[in-house]
Amino acid sequence: MHEHDKQIPIWFFIGALLLVYGVLIAGAGIYGAYNPPPETQRVALWHLHADIWWGALLAVFGLIYVIRFWPSKEETLTGLAEHGQEK
Amino acid sequence: MTHMFATAAGGATSLLRLTFIDLVIIVIYFGAVLAIGFYLKKYARTGEDFFLAGRKMTAWIAGLSFISANLSSLETMGWSAMAYQYGMLGAHAYFIGAIPAILFLAIVMMPFYYICRTHSVPGYLKLRYGEGPRAIAGVTFSFMTVMVSGASMFAMAKILNLLLGWNMNVSIWVSSLTVAIYVALGGLRSAVFNEVLQYFLIWGGSLLIPILGLIEAGGWTGMIEKIQRHAPVIHPTVSSADFTSLWRNLGSFDTNPMGIDWFGMVFGLGLAVSFGYWCTDFLQVQRVLVAKDLRSAQNGTIIGAFLKMMVPIIVTIPGLLGLAILLNPDGSPMVLVPESDPRAGITHHTYNEVLPLLMGKYLGPGLLGLGVTAMIAGFMSGMAGNVSAFATVWTYDVYRALLVRNASDRHYLLMGRWSSIAGVLLSIATAYALFLFSNILEYLQVLVFFFIVPLFGAILLGMLWKRATPAGGFWGFLTAILVSISMWIYVHTFPDGWRPQPKVTLSRGAVVSLERGADGKYNTIVVESGEVELVNVPGVSGGEIVTPVTIPPTVAGKGTDVAVQILAPEVVLSDKQEKTGFGVEAVPVVLKPGIKLTAVQITKKFAPAAFNPKHTKLIARSEKAKPMAVNMYSAWWSFVVCVCVTFLVSLFTKPKPESELKDLVMGLTKLPDEGPCPWYKKPILWATVCAIVLVAINIIFW
Repeated sequence: MHEHDKQIPIWFFIGALLLVYGVLIAGAGIYGAYNPPPETQRVALWHLHADIWWGALLAVFGLIYVIRFWPSKEETLTGLAEHGQEK
Repeated sequence: MTHMFATAAGGATSLLRLTFIDLVIIVIYFGAVLAIGFYLKKYARTGEDFFLAGRKMTAWIAGLSFISANLSSLETMGWSAMAYQYGMLGAHAYFIGAIPAILFLAIVMMPFYYICRTHSVPGYLKLRYGEGPRAIAGVTFSFMTVMVSGASMFAMAKILNLLLGWNMNVSIWVSSLTVAIYVALGGLRSAVFNEVLQYFLIWGGSLLIPILGLIEAGGWTGMIEKIQRHAPVIHPTVSSADFTSLWRNLGSFDTNPMGIDWFGMVFGLGLAVSFGYWCTDFLQVQRVLVAKDLRSAQNGTIIGAFLKMMVPIIVTIPGLLGLAILLNPDGSPMVLVPESDPRAGITHHTYNEVLPLLMGKYLGPGLLGLGVTAMIAGFMSGMAGNVSAFATVWTYDVYRALLVRNASDRHYLLMGRWSSIAGVLLSIATAYALFLFSNILEYLQVLVFFFIVPLFGAILLGMLWKRATPAGGFWGFLTAILVSISMWIYVHTFPDGWRPQPKVTLSRGAVVSLERGADGKYNTIVVESGEVELVNVPGVSGGEIVTPVTIPPTVAGKGTDVAVQILAPEVVLSDKQEKTGFGVEAVPVVLKPGIKLTAVQITKKFAPAAFNPKHTKLIARSEKAKPMAVNMYSAWWSFVVCVCVTFLVSLFTKPKPESELKDLVMGLTKLPDEGPCPWYKKPILWATVCAIVLVAINIIFW
């Protein structure tokens, strides 16, 4: 393995995926809140709008990971390098 | 007495309905895992890269992968089903059934595995005992991984078909080709990274269910109160059992839904099954063997223990919520049944569907896509884990040990890539075999007990007792496997014959009229036309009926009357000309002239689907022992046999010289100096904290 290659840590992949998912889910929730489905087709506890706040939570979590583990030369596949060692 | 069964599961519509946004989320997942596989290809250049991910993993990745490899969808759906069936006892798999063993692996066994630089657990057997035990372990493990991987594919295809109406062939081929591509490209690193990814997806897709479920149930106390009210209706055969305790109900076999006592739980699950699985199942151990140093391997394992203790939040609580809040439209508790129940999928949902039912109940567009993605990711990661472990054990412990001994590293790397693809193809073949013999699926879990528990006995003595000899290890391992298989055959053997419950099955399209009483329950079922199959209903012969025949509600069994089941997957009501389906028992059935009747009598001497209570009592100390209790006790006896035989044979055979046992046995292994370590990174500290948390949880939910 080439330790000094520019490498993308797994945490970045996870963050990016959660960010995309969070945005999609929250977006679907906001759309659903403004265009409510018929009552017979609503999920239980629909009025809590879990999709909006859960999607937002995933997006924030993903964004933190994306920023924290943005690919750079000092990184390895498994995390940030620290004094020549993987953390 | 007449029992009415819910008809909620009737009909051919899918349980869950996906929207466009859900499909987008699923497609993005497939794109992401393939992208990771292609990206990681350049990092798998040597055998060590491919099979052991270069031994570069940090403690967190090793720990997440360690737990995630065990968190497949079969596991999450299966243990939610267990919680529905056995109540809070299902959570023991995550507490006493895992944590002590994981901590033991971290503190006691990991140094031996790590320092001897083995590629695999069978590899350790070779170093400690010689080729014999390694060959048995290598071949059985390869067989098991392919079977489990195939079962995972089959289960996924079946579940996606049931839940979403997806074509089973497409599900199998799309998922398995994806797995084949990313494992063959990136090797274990690819499998490990996807497991870490899957861990986040599972939590992201599943955590909402217990949160929303508990809100609807009125909090924890509201859920417990509802379970106590509903459990006697849902599980009438264990109506006096306590479903809401971890230990309080284990004083006797009658007070808990599993039919087990504390001894079986502690020594069967807590010692034999748990230590066998967590300490010697190579699929698990491989995840932490890849850590960058011994301390990371130990800390990674302990991180895994903490993560494991959290899993009941997304597995056990949904199962308990199934008992509390899944209701029929009339407000009565929804009754789910085991897969083996003839009503399963016709008139009733099964235990395994408790989690998908809750997903359908709470998750709207987008969230449902994430939930289904987490489920697919869980299945695929389970396959990938098995395939990568298969590739390693096949290449190192079968191919290199028995077939081609001295080839280059490049040769073995190539073999690893090809055996990953071969592993996937064999898994696909297994999945298609399961289409024909689907009942094999029920016995796969038992298969693991056959091999893993004896393996643990042999390895434990090998690590802790330098006097254990190669002959002792070989015979102890082999004898325990044979005893394990013999016990399984024994509890399913019926010298006096076993007769399945009497059953009347109405053909699709048969025309019926239903006579109901004032309470709405069926008084009589009249079959006007169609075909009818009778199983074990005495006094009626096959052929076309000339004069009306009445099937009684019960027939005489051994010492007691047995209710006759009536199954009607899809029949037509004569008055309304509407299609319906139902499953009832103990209701008289009148068959009108013109009906074609098939009558068979079935008696079996060996029935894998049934347990002989007399034989069960000898193994599991109670006639009331449920399958899980029998498995736990069988594992315990198998462990005892392995230890005793290894010990006795070792006393009379020649041990290996100490010079050959260096770095393999306690007392002859010197731990490497890994430099100074701050107190907060010491494995023993975190193992102690973990053990304290475990005790606290058990006291809180006593």
